[in-house]
Amino acid sequence: MQFPLLSFIVFTPMLAGLLILLIPGERKTEIRVAALAAGAFALALSLWAYFAYDVAAGGYQFVERYNWLPALGISYYVGIDGMNAPLVLLTGVVMFTGVLISWGIDDRPREFFAFLFILATGVFGVFVALDLFMLFFFYEIAVFPMYLLISIWGWKVTREYAAMKLTLYLFIGSVIALVGALAMYFTSGLGTFDMLALEQAGFSTAFQRVVFPFVFFGFAVLGGIFPFHNWSPDGHVAAPTAVSMFHAGVLMKLGAFAALRVGIMLLPEGARFHMPWIILLTLVNVVYGAFIASVQTDFKYVIGFSSVSHMGLVAMGFATLSREGMLGAGIQMFSHGVMTALFFAVVGMVYDQAHTREIPQLGGFRKFMPVVAVAFIVGGLVSMGMPGFSGFVAEFPIFMGLWNAKPSWLWANYTWVAIIAAISIVITASYIIRIIGKVFFGQPPAEFDGHIHDVNVLDKVALVFLSTIMIAIGVFPRLIVPLVQSGVDNVLRLLGGA
Amino acid sequence: MSLNPSMFIPVLPQILLLALGIVILFLDVLLPREQHRYLGWVAAVGMVVIMLAILPFMPQEQFQLTWGGMVRFDWMSYTFWMLFLFGAAVTALLAMDYPELGERGSFYLLLIASTIGMMFMASAGDLVMLYLSIETVSIPLYILAGFFVRSDESTEAGFKYLLFGAMTSAILLYGFSLLYGFSGTTDLHQIVLGIVQGKVSLPLAFTSMMLVLVGLSFKVSVVPFHFWAPDVYQGAPTPVAGFLSTASKAAGFAVLIRILFIVFPILGNQWAIVLAALSVATMTLGNLVALAQRNIKRLLAYSSIAHAGYILIGVVSGFSELGMVSVVYYLVAYLMTNLAAFGIVSAFGRVAGSDDMTAYYGLSRRSPGLALAMLVAFLSLAGMPPFAGFVAKVFIFAAAVGVGQIWLAVVGVLNSIIGLYYYLTVMKYVYLYRSENDDQPVPLSGSFKLALGVLVAGIVVIGVLFSPWFNWASVAARSMFF
Repeated sequence: MQFPLLSFIVFTPMLAGLLILLIPGERKTEIRVAALAAGAFALALSLWAYFAYDVAAGGYQFVERYNWLPALGISYYVGIDGMNAPLVLLTGVVMFTGVLISWGIDDRPREFFAFLFILATGVFGVFVALDLFMLFFFYEIAVFPMYLLISIWGWKVTREYAAMKLTLYLFIGSVIALVGALAMYFTSGLGTFDMLALEQAGFSTAFQRVVFPFVFFGFAVLGGIFPFHNWSPDGHVAAPTAVSMFHAGVLMKLGAFAALRVGIMLLPEGARFHMPWIILLTLVNVVYGAFIASVQTDFKYVIGFSSVSHMGLVAMGFATLSREGMLGAGIQMFSHGVMTALFFAVVGMVYDQAHTREIPQLGGFRKFMPVVAVAFIVGGLVSMGMPGFSGFVAEFPIFMGLWNAKPSWLWANYTWVAIIAAISIVITASYIIRIIGKVFFGQPPAEFDGHIHDVNVLDKVALVFLSTIMIAIGVFPRLIVPLVQSGVDNVLRLLGGA
Repeated sequence: MSLNPSMFIPVLPQILLLALGIVILFLDVLLPREQHRYLGWVAAVGMVVIMLAILPFMPQEQFQLTWGGMVRFDWMSYTFWMLFLFGAAVTALLAMDYPELGERGSFYLLLIASTIGMMFMASAGDLVMLYLSIETVSIPLYILAGFFVRSDESTEAGFKYLLFGAMTSAILLYGFSLLYGFSGTTDLHQIVLGIVQGKVSLPLAFTSMMLVLVGLSFKVSVVPFHFWAPDVYQGAPTPVAGFLSTASKAAGFAVLIRILFIVFPILGNQWAIVLAALSVATMTLGNLVALAQRNIKRLLAYSSIAHAGYILIGVVSGFSELGMVSVVYYLVAYLMTNLAAFGIVSAFGRVAGSDDMTAYYGLSRRSPGLALAMLVAFLSLAGMPPFAGFVAKVFIFAAAVGVGQIWLAVVGVLNSIIGLYYYLTVMKYVYLYRSENDDQPVPLSGSFKLALGVLVAGIVVIGVLFSPWFNWASVAARSMFF
């Protein structure tokens, strides 16, 4: 039997979390070291999975399957393909860097890391799940620790409100998707939650058209789709830094990925029918999100709304149902995950020193923390879609896809969507440059003198690591494109001729 | 009727329990006063021994009627026996160190008496047996609810429970008498023949069914017969409230499904509508009113009302095997979870001297372990994985979707969102808020830790490794229809 790599990836954080709970609460250094070790181990395993995946062979690899509840056809069934392998790596990256920059958490770090790791297990589990029940099981595990993480360690002003709002939004989404999934289970008549079997179930067109919106929107709530995006900036802002990174970097991908995996892949006819109008919502996401971001004065809200905008591009890529669009969306999930994790890390570092996030009151951070400034500029270039950075590799195919795609009805083509969406790039550039200019290059206010210190070495390691990934992908797209391409082929096969 | 040894198997655990009760009665007199808390160990260990003792005597696939049709021995009753014994044993452990409760032998005796009644309820095959067993359960519980005679609240709880109970009991009895009067028999398996053959006209059968439903709705606290529950739970000693809300409720459901599926299957469409309506009302009202509670025991009372509503969804879908399985599975999961929740409340309420929510501020700083156990219990109640409540809810909703009652599943799902809100609010108090007592630890006895540990482990095991429990519940469910 081959080494159960994916199970190790899924359960390492959970086990580490439980072990951390056994360490006495006052031994904080040991707790942090244990957390870092677990994070590094999970990162190593996910790197292994990413690079050991055989692109030429394609399909699902590292497959493991154990009966969980045979009577209902529920199994623990995992595997990775080109679509979820980058996401597994992304989770490993964010988990590792999240631990690095959370070193300074002093209030009950034991509980903090334990909840964070339980969350990570949920995320890994969803990404690798090939069983519908298992997907829901881990999806919910990923949702509830958020509540505690935000409400306990979050920003005092809004944390209770934001945490409850986020949890309820996501829970509503998931239970609505659950009802749709149960309907699929019973209608298929196959008596199994195996998604590969359900892909072949041959649901009637009418059924797919009715159920698709429930499943798609149920998950897309977590992907931040308009008009259900409202929880996300509030949640980002209220969350502690590592949780914002997790939340924007990984959790929102969870929603987009599940909407793809369960919505589009199991109900392709429904997707074809509904996507022409859903693309309008994603367009609102992209443009409106960018506009809102550009008028925020709170540094963290800017990044929060930029996430809404960028995640709109992911959904838009999927909504084209075209090869290029989906390829771009797949890469954008990874690229945006790394980028936004970096952004939130930077915001956290600035706030820790300046104790304010109001952009007009900040300035001159280039002098205080040069590495942070460089890292933010790299992230900013990714965000603007500059060639040579991962954002370009991701966004360019999405626009190509929009140009090429053939809507099934309603519109003749999506070229006008592409034109409007392109506006967002300009707006993004405007607010990113404004931040770089004001926060990092502006004149530091007098009261900062002597109060602002550079970040510690762990923070620098995290930032350099994240920046390197974005540049590496921008310079060598081969690191990710063929892989995601093979995953997209998998999806297109289900969509038939599209 | 000649006696043969195999006839004793279907009443074996009751006989053993009776013996255990007698032992405790003697020990109560013989042991010196300061050692009375060990009676809790005797009761708990005794019940675990009884669980082990009846393990070799599993029922056949086909049900067995003994004692002149009074006792029906099948997998369903066997499953419930185990559940009641487990619940009573855990309650004994949780109550051991509760002042004025754990050191009194009469508490354990009443607990055992009530458990004996529940076991007969789960295996009753005859109206007479059924009524007697229900009263055997109720009377000790009335006394237990009012156990603290010096406390006005407890006395009120006991008295209120008695009044409500007597009233609904009378209605139940009226329903029974109609059934007997028209069919000429008290045997459940004969009455159904009477209905099928037309001896009992359908409108009359429907009337008597409704009367019986009233009586049982009271036991399982279904709206609109739920009014007693919050007051009684609040006033009763907390371990007793935990027992009331779990084992007693499970017994009520055991009888409910027994009567509906054995006596009134022919009215299945009618009672499905009635129960669906009751289920929606119960879930919604329970959850909405729970939102406004400031007392943790009242909150748990309304939450347990809401949970009765979820279980009714499973009963409505009960003609499918999954529906029946989901009822059993939910009851098991709910018993574990709610016992844990009440156990924590009883231990902490004793230390804090209050059941008000404000007392729970900062609990995680005072006792991280207790807070974590509370988190597990409350998330399980809210239906979050990897805890028992999640799979149980999924099975219930799946059963409803499976029989085409998608709307009922949707209502249930929406309700579980409301539920999540107030469970999380409590967890917020526990983890986020602070109080001036932050640095005072919460002392917990060994027996309490053991019981809570077993429950938390059970919640996780049932929520993760569900296959063995599901298969057991399937066997039990099938035994209803043979």
